[in-house]
Amino acid sequence: MRIVLFAAFATLLIGFAPVEVKAADGNVELTHQEWSFDGVFGRFDRQQLQRGFQVYREVCSSCHGLDYIAFRNLEAIGYSEDQTKVLASEYIIEECCDDQGDIFDRPAIPADYMPNPYPNDQFARASNNGALPPDLSLMSKARHGGPDYVYSLINGYEEPSAEVEAEMMDGMYYNVAFEGNQIAMAQQLFDDLLEYSDGTPATAEQMATDVAAFLHWAAEPKLEIRKQTGVRVLLFTFVFTVLAYFLKRRIWADIEH
Amino acid sequence: MSTEKSWGTQAFDWFEERLPIVSFIDHTVGSKYPAPKNLNYFWNFGVLAGFVMVVMILTGILLAMSYTPHVDYAFQSVERIMRDVNSGWLLRYMHANGASFFFIVVYIHIFRGLFYGSYKSPREVLWWLGVIIMILMMATAFMGYVLPWGQMSFWGATVITNLFSAIPVIGDYIVTLLWGGFSVDNPTLNRFFALHYLLPFVLVGVVVLHIWALHIPGSNNPLGINATAKDKIPFHPYYTAKDAFGLGVFLLAYFTVVFWFPNAMGHTDNYIPANPLSTPAHIVPEWYFLPFYAILRSIDDKLTGVILMFGSLLILFVIPWLDTSRVRSATFRPIFKVLFWVFLADCVMLTWCGAQLAEGLPLLLSRIGTFWYFFHFLVLMPVVGWIETPRPLPTSISTPVVAKPAE
Repeated sequence: MRIVLFAAFATLLIGFAPVEVKAADGNVELTHQEWSFDGVFGRFDRQQLQRGFQVYREVCSSCHGLDYIAFRNLEAIGYSEDQTKVLASEYIIEECCDDQGDIFDRPAIPADYMPNPYPNDQFARASNNGALPPDLSLMSKARHGGPDYVYSLINGYEEPSAEVEAEMMDGMYYNVAFEGNQIAMAQQLFDDLLEYSDGTPATAEQMATDVAAFLHWAAEPKLEIRKQTGVRVLLFTFVFTVLAYFLKRRIWADIEH
Repeated sequence: MSTEKSWGTQAFDWFEERLPIVSFIDHTVGSKYPAPKNLNYFWNFGVLAGFVMVVMILTGILLAMSYTPHVDYAFQSVERIMRDVNSGWLLRYMHANGASFFFIVVYIHIFRGLFYGSYKSPREVLWWLGVIIMILMMATAFMGYVLPWGQMSFWGATVITNLFSAIPVIGDYIVTLLWGGFSVDNPTLNRFFALHYLLPFVLVGVVVLHIWALHIPGSNNPLGINATAKDKIPFHPYYTAKDAFGLGVFLLAYFTVVFWFPNAMGHTDNYIPANPLSTPAHIVPEWYFLPFYAILRSIDDKLTGVILMFGSLLILFVIPWLDTSRVRSATFRPIFKVLFWVFLADCVMLTWCGAQLAEGLPLLLSRIGTFWYFFHFLVLMPVVGWIETPRPLPTSISTPVVAKPAE
């Protein structure tokens, strides 16, 4: 009887667990990939994150902000302190204000956050046919599928069928991974668009994978310490639970039940 | 020499005479609280709920130190906690998932009470206090979910606070009062933060009353019959040891989610900052509200939906009198036992319905599920109590225990 009760409650819990809202239209196709940061012991591949950062910097950053990432954070993806200083100094920050009350320009320092490509949302919309390029800091956690979504979206441009094309709105592009399949962003990544500093061949697919990994790091920078802490905490808890079990049995040995 | 007390014992006695707090604790959850010896593992969940409550309060206080309740900074301050505050990510994930686990534990605790008839005489007030705790938890959880000021925070708050506008005459006034203005905005966030910090301490007070009310009749047990003194064992060390093991199992599940699936029970849209100009395609509450959300949406008329939703909680207050059977444990009630599982399945189905769009099959199932929810309490509970012939009850807890063949 007890086992039946437990099984029933377990079913109840499992019944709750996968409650997930289905997208309104079922027309989103995601490609699942194996990521180095998946699994119990998942770690980021620093080389990959640096390549992804290069893609962000040379391609995405012309329209998309990365508001929650400061240059100092880049040390976490394998750059030295000096390198982050150099990387930061390539950007210009508008600072308010000097002794005269005037806004002045200065090179960025590691403590600065990534400058947004646009001064405000209206400007961003005006520059992008009315569409607002979203900030990418949390993109990997703000969409179902996470890094798979980001990868699939960037790689999801296809030729629409004639009838679909007839229904497309002006200035929109067909994308299999985007909800509704019409996206305001044109395809951005093409083979050999840039040259990776580590010599990896820059295929469109490689760049999409790398930038998706980079954006997952940007969204969840504590992933590694989280999983490492988790392993230690769980091992401790497991030993505690086993000891508690035997303690309980020993204490209860004299009780008929 | 032999009668002389050690220095430590003397100091202890001196303090005990003035404030007997140690013996108070000993009478509450220690060696002076006799508990039936046949409690199964479902009786662990009360202690577990208390444990999660403490975790929530501790992590919550620490989070509040780095959180900014302002519409322009709330989302940002949460991200700062995740990125820059020492172990902030751990605090936030423990708190956010702690809410889910609090409800898992409390729902199991409630269903255990429903199965074993723990709400029946003489435990009605104990049960009431439990229902009050659940409602306080829901209010607290709802307001806590608003604080990160993501899309689902904002739109969830908008939908739920708007429910009160269905109340005739004073509805709109109440909504304005809740909002502190004419839409969900900064004053709303401010007062929700204040209340989210306050209500847990009210909750602690009610939990104290709940435990007090428990100690008057003592714990119910799986057989539902009154336990005599010889069938009882001291809470400590027997149940403290059993609860320690249960706590370990609970923590294994909790930590697995916190460290490997911290966002699995949340909604992705809440990582998008709140935007009053952009409504999400599909507004859903957190999973623990889904059955009630399904009940709310099962009726086209807003006021009726609101009444049914709140009614589904308030009806729990009167089930000690709706259940006409004097036998507590469903173990001895062949018909009620089946109905219990059907009711549980009904709640699971309503949970599923709550996550779907309110149309087609999910809407039909929500209606059936809502009907069954009330039918179970209002009709089946009283009627089954009259017509059912319970199986013979054991004369004492020891009787079936000893008679049970060796496994």
